[in-house]
Amino acid sequence: MNTLPQQLANGLFLGSMYGLIAIGYTMVYGIVQLINFAHGEIFMTGGFGALTVYLVLPDGISMWIALPAMLIGGALVAVLIAVGAERFAYRPLRGAPRLAPLITAIGLSLALQQLVFNLYPKAENARVFPQLPFGPYHLGSIRIQSGDIFLIIAAPLCMAALAFFVRLSRTGRAMQATAQDPDTAQLMGIDTNRIIVIAFAIGGLFAAVAGVAYGVKYGAVEYNMGFLAGLKAFTAAVLGGIGNIYGAMLGGLVLGLAEAMATAYISDIPGMEQLGGQGWSAVWAFVLLILVLLLRPQGLLGERVADRA
Amino acid sequence: MIVRHRSLLILTTVLTTGALTLTACGSRDDDKEGSSSDKKTTVVIGVDAPLTGANSATGLGIQYGAKIAVDDANKNNTVPGVTFKLVAKDDKAQPATGQQNATALVADKDVLGVVGPLNSGVATQMQQVFATANLVEISPSNTAPELTQGKNWQTDKKRAYKTYFRTATTDALQGGFAADYAYNTLKKKKVFVVDDKQTYGAGLAKLFTAGFKDAGGKVVATDHVNTGDRDFSTLVTKIKNSGADLLYYGGQYDESQVLTKQLKEAGADIPLFGGDGMFTPTYIKTAGKAAEGDLVTSIGVPVDTLPAAKTFVDTYKAKKYPGDYGTYGAYAYDAATAIIKAVGTVVKDGKVPSDARQQVVDAVQKTSFDGLSGKVAFDEYGDTTNKQLTVYQVVKGEWKSVKSGTFEPKN
Repeated sequence: MNTLPQQLANGLFLGSMYGLIAIGYTMVYGIVQLINFAHGEIFMTGGFGALTVYLVLPDGISMWIALPAMLIGGALVAVLIAVGAERFAYRPLRGAPRLAPLITAIGLSLALQQLVFNLYPKAENARVFPQLPFGPYHLGSIRIQSGDIFLIIAAPLCMAALAFFVRLSRTGRAMQATAQDPDTAQLMGIDTNRIIVIAFAIGGLFAAVAGVAYGVKYGAVEYNMGFLAGLKAFTAAVLGGIGNIYGAMLGGLVLGLAEAMATAYISDIPGMEQLGGQGWSAVWAFVLLILVLLLRPQGLLGERVADRA
Repeated sequence: MIVRHRSLLILTTVLTTGALTLTACGSRDDDKEGSSSDKKTTVVIGVDAPLTGANSATGLGIQYGAKIAVDDANKNNTVPGVTFKLVAKDDKAQPATGQQNATALVADKDVLGVVGPLNSGVATQMQQVFATANLVEISPSNTAPELTQGKNWQTDKKRAYKTYFRTATTDALQGGFAADYAYNTLKKKKVFVVDDKQTYGAGLAKLFTAGFKDAGGKVVATDHVNTGDRDFSTLVTKIKNSGADLLYYGGQYDESQVLTKQLKEAGADIPLFGGDGMFTPTYIKTAGKAAEGDLVTSIGVPVDTLPAAKTFVDTYKAKKYPGDYGTYGAYAYDAATAIIKAVGTVVKDGKVPSDARQQVVDAVQKTSFDGLSGKVAFDEYGDTTNKQLTVYQVVKGEWKSVKSGTFEPKN
């Protein structure tokens, strides 16, 4: 049987999730030039927020009602934490050397992990996440799970909504202006503090969607799920050109596909038997990152200074 | 300023000296009381296991299994003149943390024995620390053969550390037992083998592979996962297309519960077979329906079939302790009991001899009693003489024992 279509689909689904998380990195970087390393944990809290909503809803409720409520709940938690992080962890350090907020971000990421681990009931093991009540579907030889359906609908939808928002709304234009030159933007009457808060909030919103996607795809959420996912999403953002929204999505897809292809086929190449397989998935993802940084340091789409946002 | 500083210095000195004098007096008083007959000596039994994070469900089962043994010993006054106290350390399934815990336990003069750790990989980092201090360590769950029989255990068995014992039988038997069951009882002919590259998982997978090939089966492919991985979509597509009728997994429940779920979702209707690292209710809870039909081997016979363990299980449930007592709880109880009994032969009337730790090691080596898990005794390598194993299968969302027995390797 030809496994290529299925493996491509696997890569695409994985890549969509990386892309969704990567948007948050890119948004924040585009506007304040800060790599928010706690973003992976914001994604994690989004997943836990959605799980909490599900747990307080009455048992046996239809997922068609529960899922929107979970998305809203997860988004509320993630946006609150993202905005809180901006207000209390990053804003006091604005104007400080760039290393300072970076270290704060790493500290915040550890703190969020420990908070969930210690305060969320039974978080020391994976917490079971509800599944969507449909699927799997077959498209030729490809098998698509309900969780993957959620991803392939959510990722382009989020992407398009964001693109419209940034291009067409007043706030979106203010974001572009702030990204280009915060000082001049402020002189033109733009409340840059508000714009930065909005960037963090949007990043948190998408992280929450990705958190729910992770839950429905893998059937569980964990307190430490943000670390590796965050690292991969950061890689995706850099791959696409950090600061570029389309780049983040493209970088995510490329990364997911590369990971799946490498995992599936490298061990088939004669002489490479030992260098393929699941255990090497992360290695090939980072090899790809290094290659892109060497050959095209600005990323696949480049850091489009004119309208990065 | 200078005057103030100097007065501060004097004050501090006086306070410190005073405190030291008081402490010294205090400890002398303690000694006096210790020798009088109505005041009991405290002996500490250490526990090292993952109490938080990965593997903590089984780790907590070890902690509270040992706790019940200590409570029983105090209640029954098993060792006259001695009150036992449990000190549990969390190694988070990390070898380096386990080593720190070992050092801390060794430094505590009251510790005369340690139960743990859970993970073979952690044990390798702790053995030397305990051996240097002559402190006995009994693991209720380590199954890597080299821990007792040395690196070259297959060709040249040699005891690695004389202070190390275990109440769990080794993977040499567990892997072979699983292979025998898979080939001869389940009639599986083609297996895909995956492990998590850890001491326990990789070792187990290797032994299963050897056993399955010897039995006449075919290993169609092998692969490895990283601990912490959650997306196995590429791997399960490979497994599905390999034509394997069984997936053998060497590792813990954290990864395998997700792997089996994705495997079944991909439409591969083959069972996943693993070792005792997967034998926990958490596995079934997370994997849900996908776990149905999956198998594990575990050490010993089911705790609930042992009449001696009934009181233990009742106590565990009544106290509402967290963790899974089913996997290693009874083995931890037996490990702690072996230490308690050894302390009983060494400490008379609450007097702890200066070479107590060395004497406890010797006493544990000679120990022999009927424990919860069966006969508790150790051979010349520190391995348990109880070689019972059981295959469990998920039936209607619960682990059901399907076959118990012993396994003797052919060579």
